[in-house]
Parts: sequence; structure tokens; C-alpha cells
Amino acid sequence: MYRYDVIDREFLADRSAEFRENVTRRLAGEITEDQFKPLRLMNGLYLQLHAYMLRVAIPYGSLDSRQMRGLAAIARDYDKGYGHFTTRQNIQFNWVRLGQAPDILDALAAVDMHAIQTSGNCIRNVTADPYAGATAEEVDDPRVWSELIRQWSTLHPEFSYLPRKFKIAVTAAPKDRTAARVHDIGLVLRRGRDGGLGFEVIVGGGQGRTPYVGPTIAEHLPAGRLLSYLEAILRVYNRHGRRDNKFKARIKILVAALGAEEFKRQVDEEWSRIDGALADAPDTELARIRGAFTPLAFETLPARSEAFEAARAADPAFARFVRNNVKAHKKPGYAIVEISLKAPGQTPGDASAEQMEVVADLAERYGLDDIRVTHEQNLVLPHVKLDDLPTVFAALRTAGLGTPNIGLISDIIACPGLDYCALANARAIPIAQSIARRFEDQDRAELIGELKIKISGCINACGHHHVGNIGILGVDKKGEEFYQLSLGGSGQEDASIGKILGPGMNAEQVPDAIDALVDTYLAIRQGDERFLDTVRRVGFAPFKEAVYADAH
Amino acid sequence: MPTLISLKDGVYAAAENVFADVGDEEAIPAAGPVILSLARFQAEGDALLGAGRSVGVRIQPDEAVEDLAYDLPRLALVALVFPRYADGRAYTSARLLRQRLGFRGEVRAVGDVLRMQAGFMVRCGFDSFVPADGSTPEQWAHAAGRFRHVYQRGADARAPVFEERS
Repeated sequence: MYRYDVIDREFLADRSAEFRENVTRRLAGEITEDQFKPLRLMNGLYLQLHAYMLRVAIPYGSLDSRQMRGLAAIARDYDKGYGHFTTRQNIQFNWVRLGQAPDILDALAAVDMHAIQTSGNCIRNVTADPYAGATAEEVDDPRVWSELIRQWSTLHPEFSYLPRKFKIAVTAAPKDRTAARVHDIGLVLRRGRDGGLGFEVIVGGGQGRTPYVGPTIAEHLPAGRLLSYLEAILRVYNRHGRRDNKFKARIKILVAALGAEEFKRQVDEEWSRIDGALADAPDTELARIRGAFTPLAFETLPARSEAFEAARAADPAFARFVRNNVKAHKKPGYAIVEISLKAPGQTPGDASAEQMEVVADLAERYGLDDIRVTHEQNLVLPHVKLDDLPTVFAALRTAGLGTPNIGLISDIIACPGLDYCALANARAIPIAQSIARRFEDQDRAELIGELKIKISGCINACGHHHVGNIGILGVDKKGEEFYQLSLGGSGQEDASIGKILGPGMNAEQVPDAIDALVDTYLAIRQGDERFLDTVRRVGFAPFKEAVYADAH
Repeated sequence: MPTLISLKDGVYAAAENVFADVGDEEAIPAAGPVILSLARFQAEGDALLGAGRSVGVRIQPDEAVEDLAYDLPRLALVALVFPRYADGRAYTSARLLRQRLGFRGEVRAVGDVLRMQAGFMVRCGFDSFVPADGSTPEQWAHAAGRFRHVYQRGADARAPVFEERS
């Protein structure tokens, strides 16, 4: 965890005071909604279908137990006892009253948290690899760079009124768990041949109504030059991004219109005019941030744990959990544990206050006080001893958090959809629930293996349907909800945008269609290829036939 | 007349607007300081400056401040237009005027200029403001100065947090 210092805390206190003052003015009628809106929107407060929704930033998805308990308390005191973890590693509270928002911000500030720039046309909360600091794959800790970007982008005077929202993802591992290639900027940290750290800079990816896999405009930007290069990109975008049509205002449209080469030329030209000595962070600050992450007291352990092996042999449920939810850690004797927020019948990403507290307790007792949120709307305990895994699993299972389905067909991303969102055309959550119930049989789910289903309730694609192996898009057709299936998308290092399979269908037909797709895959897959690999190898024909033959 | 607030040596005060804001269709007054559009300035600016007049230029968000590079030493003022508060291009224009082009004259925020944005404007190098929301100098100063710390370098003189910390 990055530990706040006095300066970080005073900054949040000032922000809270600003917000409270303006809410008071708004409620007293001294300022109009139009005048209040810019501040409200830069503080994550949306007016939704039923109430205000407050989106709280979880910078790069990283929390400690104290913060998780803070979120649980807010869920209990100001919401209906739960919160919703989002695809941007944030948490949303859906039942907030405007008058209470300042108190919530104070409660957040008390645990070094905030809602700054979780909405508005500004640089949003930076996301990063949820396995940061735990996986052996990474060349450096992406949280250090993410925190640098968080600070640089916080109330940035020049870049707070961009043409549209702006999302940055950072990873330092070859396996991409951040969907870097479908972000406004994706940063992939690598070591160069000379041993120096550098970023691959991907710009202009995105989802929404015009999905793109972003092009790379710098192969190996020296890591120390990151902020000046970001400044150059943002300046070109701020000046030249479209402002006449909000659907064409994201940077991806500018990059596509200019072409990646011309965009890169403009960025490089702008960059050459920026004085790096002023714009880049000094090495001392980077070192300070690195040092402000709590050093973790890893024990020296044998790679093999007898307690763990015994439990795995004796308890098939535990063995299943280990197969699906437990990942390799860089330290011998430790593991990364994913906690699924996708129990069958649940709303993807929802957690109750009690569940948050269970996770906080486990992190504190068994997890070096570290918790992560993934962009796939699950939680992670990144540092658990193998010896403690059976105990941790038992506690998770008791709390309804033991679902062993990470990466499997029922580990579905879904946006809030028509149940909550003012923009949605169709429901998303009930579709996710009906698919999860259809594939409740864990043996079958494991047999199917990695299959990512992503559901959006409208074209804005908050449920990432474009990058689902199976994507489901809800549309409104003459007042009726219809669902369009797409195949072949991926948000990982092999990123691609899925293509529409065929005509839409109604909600009841969706689980049958998924069944047909899965049966087809199981019948024709070769070796251990994933669903996505099979689709890429054979194309759409057999899948199309199966789905639409069944539908007749 | 809307209030004009000026920032000098860290103090916000009501100021008298001595400039006539001349539209493209209007005749240029015979005497006194004037603000012209970029196109009009490019056509008629030399003559006015040659006659010893004080001249400012009004820059729209889609116009490049770099086009003024050679004229800046002779200009008294650049007015940057916010057609809507959400149009953030003028922030870049202001920063470039100050940091890249070294402009030392007045940089004025005009248009949909709201107190909520005061801090951003000051940090980008604006030093005069025509608020559209009726803000007083005191209210403007309060809004612009509410943060004790800033996380990044701007066009103002404030030390970013990493300098405070070192």
C-alpha cells in the first residue's frame, strides 16, 4: 500500500471542504445545477435512475484492510448494505442522497480515499495489474508508476476539461490483466536490451460504439520520461480532439482520423518542445513513492506446504478452488488468491458490507494487509501463505465468497444495465445471472475452461462486450429488450474486437444460445485450445449454425 | 458591466476594464485600448500598434496561440475565450503563452468563466477574469486558493508536492 503523508491528507481535506461548501450552496439554491455539475461530475457523483450514485476511486485497485472496512461502513451507513466493484477497479454506491455525499467523502478521507476524477472529462482513476507486487512475471511494480500518474493527474490544471473522459492502464507483466490495448492510453513496462525500463505506449484503444485495439506509438519510452510524454499526448488531444460530438470525442477517434503515424508525429513534435527537466518527475520523487509502499514482511518458506497438500487431497471443494482461484506467487510458499464476486445468482461485482469485512479480516490476518480489485470485478488477496490457504478458503466459503469460477464461463463481467443505469437500453445483470445458473455445474464449467463472457446493457460498452470471447450487447428494439451476440473478442495481450454473430434474440433465448456455442466448441476443439482459439481457428460458421438452428 | 477581477502579486482585486472589446463588424474606436479578433488583428493590428495604441487579441479555442508568437512582445493582453466552461482548450493556450512563448502581459479569461474553475485558470497562467457567475474578487480568491498543495507544476509559481517534500 502507498502510505499517504501529511500533504496527501491535507489535499483530501481541502477537497472535502470544497465539496461540502458547494453542496451546501447547491442545496440552499445559491448555485444552479449547471454551476454545480462540473464539481459534482469531477467527484464521481452521478444522478442515476433511482438516486445519486457515488463512484469511489480505488487507485490501481489497491486497498488495505482499514480502507476495505471504511467502504463496508459506508455501504452500511449510506447505502443498502452493499457496494458494487466496477471494471475500473473502483466501487460504486448506488443509493446515495446528495446531502450525505459530503459526509461520505469525509469518511473516505479518514481512510485516505476519495472520489476525485472518477467521472467527468478528465484523467480517470488509473488502473493496474491486480497481481502487482505478487507475480513473478512483472519487470517492476506497476503501482509505483500508477501512483506517480495518479498524483500528476490529480486536479491537473491543463487537462481537467478534455474533450471526453480519459483512461490509463499500467501493466508490467507480459500477461495483460488490465486490458491495456483497449484504453485511451495503455502502458506496458518492459526491460530493454540495455536493461533499462521502458514503456510501450499504446494510444487510442477503446470500446463504446466504435471499438479499437489501440496502436503502439512508442515501443520503448524511457520510463523516466513518462510524465512529459503523457503531457505531450494529452496536449495534442486537448487541442485537437473533437468537441462537436460527444460520441466522436474520445482520443481513439482522433488517432483513427489522423492515422497512428501522423498522431505519433504530432506527439513527438510536441514532446520535443517540452522541457523534460520541468515536466518529468525527479528521480527522487519516484524513489520516495517507491519507498512509500509498505515493505512486505515475506517469510522464507519452503515451496511445498504439507498442510496445503493434505487439505487439497482430502477436500475436493478446496482442490477445485485451488485449481481455479489460486495463482502462482513470486515467493516460495505463498499464493495469489482470487475471490470471485460472481456466485451464481449474484450481481457481478456486488459485495455486502459483511463480505467486505470478511475480506478485510482475512487480508489483515493472512494476507499482509493487502487487497486488490480486478477489472473483471473480483477481489484478490495477493499474498497468502499456502499453509493458511485451507483456513482462508473455509472463511471465504462461509461468507459466500468461495465460488471457484475465476476465468470460467460463469465469471461474467456485466454493467449495471437497465436495473440501475439511466443510459441502458436493456438489462444486463439478469442475463449474467441466468447464464451463471445455466452453467452452475462446476465440472462442466471446468471442462469448458477459460471462456470470458461480457455483457453490456447499451452501446457504451461498460460491460466490455467487444472484448468478450462471447460478448452480449443489450439493445432496445421497438420497446423490447434484444441481445446481440458477438464472438472472438479479447481484452488481453492478444487483444481483438469481437464480431457480431447474427440476428439478436430475446433474454430467454440467451442461455440456450450460449449452450449451443459451448457444445459446438466442445465438439470441435483440438487439444487444450481455449474457446477463443477455436473461434479464431475455425471461424464463425459452425457456431452460427448451432445457435440459429436451435433458435428456429 | 460584468466584473473584471485581476490578479497581481497574489492579490485578487476588482479592476477597471480599460479595453474596448471590438467585434469584427464594429468600427475600431478612434482612441483607447482595444481587443480584436485574431483575424482582425492580423489585418489591422500593425497600424494600430504603429500609432501607439494598446492592443489585445481575442483567441478562440480553435485558434493557435503560436500564430501570435512574433507579435506577443507588442501586445498588452491576450483574451482566451471559453465558449462553454467544459471547453478546456484555453487552458492549453494559456500555458503555452506563459511557458513556451514567454508572454508577460495580461492573459484574460472571458466567456463561460466560472468560479469552480478559478484554480485551474490561475495555475495555467491566467491573471485576469471576467466571471460569468457574478463572482466577487473575494469569492474568486477563496475558490482559487483553497488547495494548500498542488501535485504538478503549472504555469504559476507554486511548488509542486515533490518540491515541498524534498
